[in-house]
Amino acid sequence: MEKRVVFDNRWLPYLLVAPQLLVTFVFFFWPAGQAIYQSAFIPDPFGLKTQFVGLGNFEYLFGNRYYRESFLTTAVFSVLVTVSAMSFALWLAVLADRVIKGSSAYRTLLIWPYAVAPAIAGVLWLFMFNPFTGIIAWMLAQLGYTWNHTLDGGQAMALVVAASAWKQISYNFLFFLAGLQAIPKSVIEAAAIDGASFWRRFWTIVFPLLSPTTFFLLVVNIIYAFFDTFGVIHTITKGGPEQSTTILVYKVFSDGFVGQDLGSSAAQSVILLGLVGVLTVVQFRFIERRVHY
Amino acid sequence: MAEIKLESIRKSYGRTEVIHGIDAEISDGEFIVIVGPSGCGKSTLLRMVAGLESITSGDIHIGDRVVNRLEPRERDIAMVFQNYALYPHMSVFDNMAYGLKIANVPKAEIQARVAEAARMLELEPYLDRKPRQLSGGQRQRVAMGRAIVRKPAVFLFDEPLSNLDAKLRVQMRLEIKALQRKLGVTALYVTHDQVEAMTLADRMIVMNGGVAEQIGAPLDVYANPATLFVAGFIGSPPMNVLSHDIRPGRGALDPGAVIGVRPEHIDLVAPGAGLIDLDVAFCEPLGAETLVHGTTAAGDKLVVRIDGEVELPADGTRIGLSIDPARILVFDASGRRIET
Repeated sequence: MEKRVVFDNRWLPYLLVAPQLLVTFVFFFWPAGQAIYQSAFIPDPFGLKTQFVGLGNFEYLFGNRYYRESFLTTAVFSVLVTVSAMSFALWLAVLADRVIKGSSAYRTLLIWPYAVAPAIAGVLWLFMFNPFTGIIAWMLAQLGYTWNHTLDGGQAMALVVAASAWKQISYNFLFFLAGLQAIPKSVIEAAAIDGASFWRRFWTIVFPLLSPTTFFLLVVNIIYAFFDTFGVIHTITKGGPEQSTTILVYKVFSDGFVGQDLGSSAAQSVILLGLVGVLTVVQFRFIERRVHY
Repeated sequence: MAEIKLESIRKSYGRTEVIHGIDAEISDGEFIVIVGPSGCGKSTLLRMVAGLESITSGDIHIGDRVVNRLEPRERDIAMVFQNYALYPHMSVFDNMAYGLKIANVPKAEIQARVAEAARMLELEPYLDRKPRQLSGGQRQRVAMGRAIVRKPAVFLFDEPLSNLDAKLRVQMRLEIKALQRKLGVTALYVTHDQVEAMTLADRMIVMNGGVAEQIGAPLDVYANPATLFVAGFIGSPPMNVLSHDIRPGRGALDPGAVIGVRPEHIDLVAPGAGLIDLDVAFCEPLGAETLVHGTTAAGDKLVVRIDGEVELPADGTRIGLSIDPARILVFDASGRRIET
């Protein structure tokens, strides 16, 4: 049933949506517009003049090896973060769903990591994996494995993925647990009587019924991996070694604010904006269609 | 097809015992209805037979096996749930075929068995629909279909009609009965509705507070209730309960004992001409019959069921009640029936 309110006053509806529009305008449309505008210019080395270059910034970027590699890095990073954060959270939620005694304490503890700021999460993991003083690096050394993420690009990637995923697991866990508890018990029991084993029930009944939650989390996690992991990467690797953990959003920062190339940075923001827009549209067009039953 | 035997079944949650030892023998092809008020343990008992609840003590036999420790899928049963428990993301066909697919039944046979069940239940036009596109009665049929296709030894029904409206409930009740007769499968049916129990059951188990108060054929239970609870629960309006003996030539009842009379076993006569007089409070004409409500001289409330075409006594008048003393039942202080 559709519920509509008819306003007598012509201006009241506009007044009511104005605060939301204002916030969106100030914090999204304005900066996005600025980024698009600036992406067409390059400033001189002293920042006194700017010169119009049209699509020159974009041309340069796509001809740049480091920028193209950053795309690949972002893809690897966000797939790894999303898949590991979601699958681990689902596993925990399935286990927590079966716990009866002390489940609220259990749940609360699992939610805590979400309250940790990304930068702090990064520092926590950095302490544990510091090649010289970190306890886990030391343990790995005892096992004969040399850990040095400041030199090894693969290890650096593994570390930022682990730290980023760890932080997101709590959030995913909450939603998965709520999703699991919303599935009627009798449906699971009917499947048990129909002869399905636990795993069969999970894959044929529980997982499909969870798909709206899974889809929502997929969108949220990909956006998280693209943007909100900046703090983790900045504290742990600063994009290194040799740009092996420089994801697109980190490159926007390092080229713009460290390299002072504002034109290129703006162009990268525009590309990133377009990319996330396209990804989200694709997700809604092609995946969401299949999750509603 | 199989017989079921329950041997002193008990169930406790922690220290609270909710089922206090139930014994019953159900023969092959019999339709057994477990009836009782909510919270009496009837659903728990059914779920123990299904394997969805563990058994604290006692044994459940299905066929020649003790199934206490078997998983639900190993018990050769099918169950219809109160909310139907259909798989919402699957079509009607897939809902019915799910159990067969798991059992690795060949595709052609799955097709044939689902088609057969759909024909029997008049679900053929809906096989491609999802459960949310069906009405309550159709969902109910799909749930039945899912049970039928597997050809189980035992059907379990957990209040399957309570989510339907009154008219549909009557129709589905008849269909369930007809289907069970046709398939000849042993059925265990839980309900709180005594009309469903009376109409469906070959024999019924009347439960109260985790105890089987009486097991027997519906009319037998109706005519010879073993306890005061059964007398009050089976039959609508319930049996009248009077605190003093009205039979001629009898002394006072033992302390706490009561007598019971069915409303239809009372006839209206002139005041003073019957065993007892009644002050009429009001009448409820229902068409085929009329219920006369009133109070006896001793202050007991009483209902009389009379033919709908008899002239109604006016409110506030006094009438006499004629009762065949043989129809009067006596219950002791603990509620047990005493033969007198």
